[in-house]
Amino acid sequence: MEGTAVRGRLTWQTATVGAVTDETSSVRTLSLVLPGWAGHRAGQHLDIRLTGDDGYQAERSYSIASAPGEPVAITVERLDDGEVSPYLTEDVQIGDEFEVRGPIGGYFVWDGDASDSVPLLLAAGGSGVVPLRAMLRHRSRIGSSVPVRLLYSVRSQAEVIYRSELSSPADGVEVIYTLTRKQPPGWTGYARRVDQKMMAEVAWPVASGPLAYVCGPTNFVEAVASDLVALGYPPQRVKTERFGATGTP
Amino acid sequence: MSPISRGFHRRHQEAEPAGRVPPGQYVTHDFPVLSAGPTPHTRLTDWTFSIEGGQSPVSWSWQEFQALPQETVTVDIHCVTRWSKLDTSWKGVSLDVLLGAVSYTAPYVLAFCDGGYTTNLPVADLLGGKAWVAYSYDGSALPAEHGGPARLLVPHLYFWKSAKWVRGLRLRDTDVPGFWETYGYHMYGDPWKEQRYAGD
Repeated sequence: MEGTAVRGRLTWQTATVGAVTDETSSVRTLSLVLPGWAGHRAGQHLDIRLTGDDGYQAERSYSIASAPGEPVAITVERLDDGEVSPYLTEDVQIGDEFEVRGPIGGYFVWDGDASDSVPLLLAAGGSGVVPLRAMLRHRSRIGSSVPVRLLYSVRSQAEVIYRSELSSPADGVEVIYTLTRKQPPGWTGYARRVDQKMMAEVAWPVASGPLAYVCGPTNFVEAVASDLVALGYPPQRVKTERFGATGTP
Repeated sequence: MSPISRGFHRRHQEAEPAGRVPPGQYVTHDFPVLSAGPTPHTRLTDWTFSIEGGQSPVSWSWQEFQALPQETVTVDIHCVTRWSKLDTSWKGVSLDVLLGAVSYTAPYVLAFCDGGYTTNLPVADLLGGKAWVAYSYDGSALPAEHGGPARLLVPHLYFWKSAKWVRGLRLRDTDVPGFWETYGYHMYGDPWKEQRYAGD
């Protein structure tokens, strides 16, 4: 787990909402106008800070949804008891401003350079698909031919984020869904939570030297990561990003 | 001067306990999990806790570690991803006890863990009843996803300093960045000064 130093002060800058895209009934992508943005890598995140007219501030971290070189975008899922996500998914309009700083993180990233030219396994639970989508877009932009499988676990088809984009993936990219709660009529795909059998069917063989990125709620990430290790993936080839609570404890 | 985010306002009206939540944090009642890789599962028979870099190395087996004086503490914890959790209850061994078993002059440590994680800390932040190696949370054995069998507990710093799956400390004359510190997180990580990233 060695890293390359990325140091230097991160300062807050003003972002203007440039475009708003509804992804599902509770998920929205905001494309930001950020004139001072220094660039980012696929998989990194940023911090945002909202300021009310009474001076009240709230900060949160979000994965960056866009590829390096594209306008910075975040995809936000509304959490009903949240304070920031309801504002970003319901109230915010084009032209509104808040503050951003970043990019942050340098481990859960995919650059697509020579050392990354091995089969890529991406596993997303729910809105964990966001940083993986940045990797897919980056792969297309740099013309990489690395074979990719994206396993996307989501409750129902209606909750699939980036649905139209993922329905016509680039050459060499395979998107495999598991719809864990509700399936459309005639669904022949997976319809259960991820398990070792599913991972054995979906994951690239260990012998191909694959690299895995797993992002989602804790239970999903724990299941996928431990299944991959059980299948023989070296732990350092399984990069994870977890969010949310475990329930216990 | 921060720009006003039109229409944004406080939604959570209940006041957070005064003086307990650092700037930029919010209180959660869950216990979120954040780690960079798969959760390691080390058998207790293979587990040791070592302190290296002193006059002579020391090491405890799991059984020996359990025989050390225990403390039960209730502390507030603060994650750099902005959640804080108040009144968390832990049981473990004070670093005063552990470092007291070693003769050394080094001012820093690099904690090392199963899975390859590391984090750097000043020795002064581990002494004086401020830090523990904890193996029990809320009355039960510490679950693996939260760092079990044992993790560092250094509640006055951001929680990435409370390394999960900790296996020992390497005493050092110089302060070298650990895992997240190498990726741009702050070398010290004081939540009350919002030392999240390098340069904060």
